Amino acid sequence: MTELSLRGVRKRYGATEVIHGVDLEIASGEFCVFVGPSGCGKSTLLRMIAGLEGISGGEVSIGGWVVNDQEPADRGIAMVFQTYALYPHMSVEQNLTFGLRMNGNDPADTARRVSRAMDILQIGHLAERRPKALSGGQRQRVAIGRAIVREPDVFLFDEPLSNLDAELRVQMRVEIAKLHNDLGATMIYVTHDQIEAMTLADKIVVLRDGRIEQAGRPLDLYDDPDNKFVAGFVGSPMMNFIDARAAGEGDGKQLVALPGFADATIALDVAARPAEGTPLTLGIRPEHVEAEGVGDCDLTVRVDVAEHLGATSYIYVRAGQPDQMIIERQRAREEDHSGQDIRIGIPARHAFLFDAEGIRLR
Amino acid sequence: MSSLAARRRRDVIVLHAVLVPLALIWLFPIWLMFVFASLPEQALYQPGVRLWPGTEFFANFNALEESTGFTRTIFNSVVVAVIYTALSILMTSMAGWALARYRFHGKAVVAGVVLGTMTLPYFVLVIPQFIMVARDFGLSNTWFALIVPPLFNALGVLFMRQTFIAMPNDLFDAARVEGVTEWQIFTRVAIPMARPTMAALAIILFLFSWNNYLWPLLIVTQPDMMTAPVALGSLIGLTRISWGGIMVGAVLLTLPMLVLFVILQRHFVSGIAAGAIK
Repeated sequence: MTELSLRGVRKRYGATEVIHGVDLEIASGEFCVFVGPSGCGKSTLLRMIAGLEGISGGEVSIGGWVVNDQEPADRGIAMVFQTYALYPHMSVEQNLTFGLRMNGNDPADTARRVSRAMDILQIGHLAERRPKALSGGQRQRVAIGRAIVREPDVFLFDEPLSNLDAELRVQMRVEIAKLHNDLGATMIYVTHDQIEAMTLADKIVVLRDGRIEQAGRPLDLYDDPDNKFVAGFVGSPMMNFIDARAAGEGDGKQLVALPGFADATIALDVAARPAEGTPLTLGIRPEHVEAEGVGDCDLTVRVDVAEHLGATSYIYVRAGQPDQMIIERQRAREEDHSGQDIRIGIPARHAFLFDAEGIRLR
Repeated sequence: MSSLAARRRRDVIVLHAVLVPLALIWLFPIWLMFVFASLPEQALYQPGVRLWPGTEFFANFNALEESTGFTRTIFNSVVVAVIYTALSILMTSMAGWALARYRFHGKAVVAGVVLGTMTLPYFVLVIPQFIMVARDFGLSNTWFALIVPPLFNALGVLFMRQTFIAMPNDLFDAARVEGVTEWQIFTRVAIPMARPTMAALAIILFLFSWNNYLWPLLIVTQPDMMTAPVALGSLIGLTRISWGGIMVGAVLLTLPMLVLFVILQRHFVSGIAAGAIK
């Protein structure tokens, strides 16, 4: 069990800086997920922790030791790759033992570790098979097994489920969560899938353009995002953003006008007091959009399409600005008014307010 | 259904009608080689072409052996080709690995120079190479001179480089994380995966060495250091050409290669295709 910390970590390729001074503490035994759109630097950051990429500035320490100049193998880590990276010419068992054999590990100890990993992952019956004779899920299991036999302090996962189909992805997600519970090791997991992030993480780190936008517990990020990017990225379907404008103060609350909806006004309980006329963005999650009269401000929208998934329905509506909003309804059976105008209510206590730079106004 | 089958059969027949005569034309010189190798010397100079083998193969062989010590030269050829192939494979794969895997200053220049050497005709190189090896180093008539100077093979380097580039980097990263040394990564991970390409390359290199005529002709003057092609060439004298001996030698030089190629054909083609596509 090992804690990990990044202090002012930077990565430059020539003149281009791709990681801009990342500070992060990951507690021992924590499951930390790096999430963000492609190109945000999450994989690069993971590879820097692994030692596969050099560190241009700052410090990476694992278990209290600065590891900047240590070889990957000396950092007490194991890594699982998106492509599985199994050696195609070796059997499953040889894949698991390869690293230990090359390092001259005691054969009896190697055998013990392999049989333990095979037990945990239930891949004993595959021991003699080559990777090409395995399904995607089995390959991923072997790749995880190869990490387990190293008995590392920190597990690093680089988008391990991206190559699996949807059903298998859910199944493996559960298994990885279980593995974390069983082993109790510190794990860092990179994904672009915010559902994986929400379901697996003790701590989510949302990255954009090589910077941490926000780090915290999944539901904290969901309920209390620091900025528009995190608000939009965490949660599925994503938060609706409506163009807004500061419209003065009323009753100790900030009044916000919605120009796309005939200047309908909503009063929000925030401390910030932007100057009147300042462009803002109002955020509301699909599940918080209410029926007419239930919220604090009613809007008229036109229904485009309704998707009924059974328990949940998503209603895509056309609004003033932005063009499209999504409304979530539970057990809706009759709400399929394609092409019709409907009235919806926005509850002020669930609405978020962002300034023009996307910073949350609280 | 039956018309489809009939059409297919017709296509096959047409195809064979074209290919079989072509194959015969192709094989005819090889057949003649066998025929001439087994005819008495005088028969070749008589009017009319004989198309059926005679019985003088061993007599011709004995004459060849007597004039050139052919068994010894075959042995020399085998030694040179085997060592050459092994060393060249090692060198080209290591150079290919370096060009594929490492980032270093001037890498593009090195790769460009390697590629550039392929545009130089061999005959441009062979004279300076000869002067250097034979005159400056005084290495005529040595194994070293036969094997080492032609070792560098740009085609092989590029071949191996492409093969290694095509391999997913994650594999090597995974090995690094596991504490596997660079040499072990090369020998235990990369090389086994490159086996089809290396098999194809080995055949090409072996054939190159086996058929190499000019370099051994220049660098070797003593009969006991000659390779088989050079020994055969020496039978073409100013006044007299010993066709029977030459043809026996040609048969003995061709046959092992023919057998080898037929056996390894599958590897050969798949290896080249693998290198080409990936």
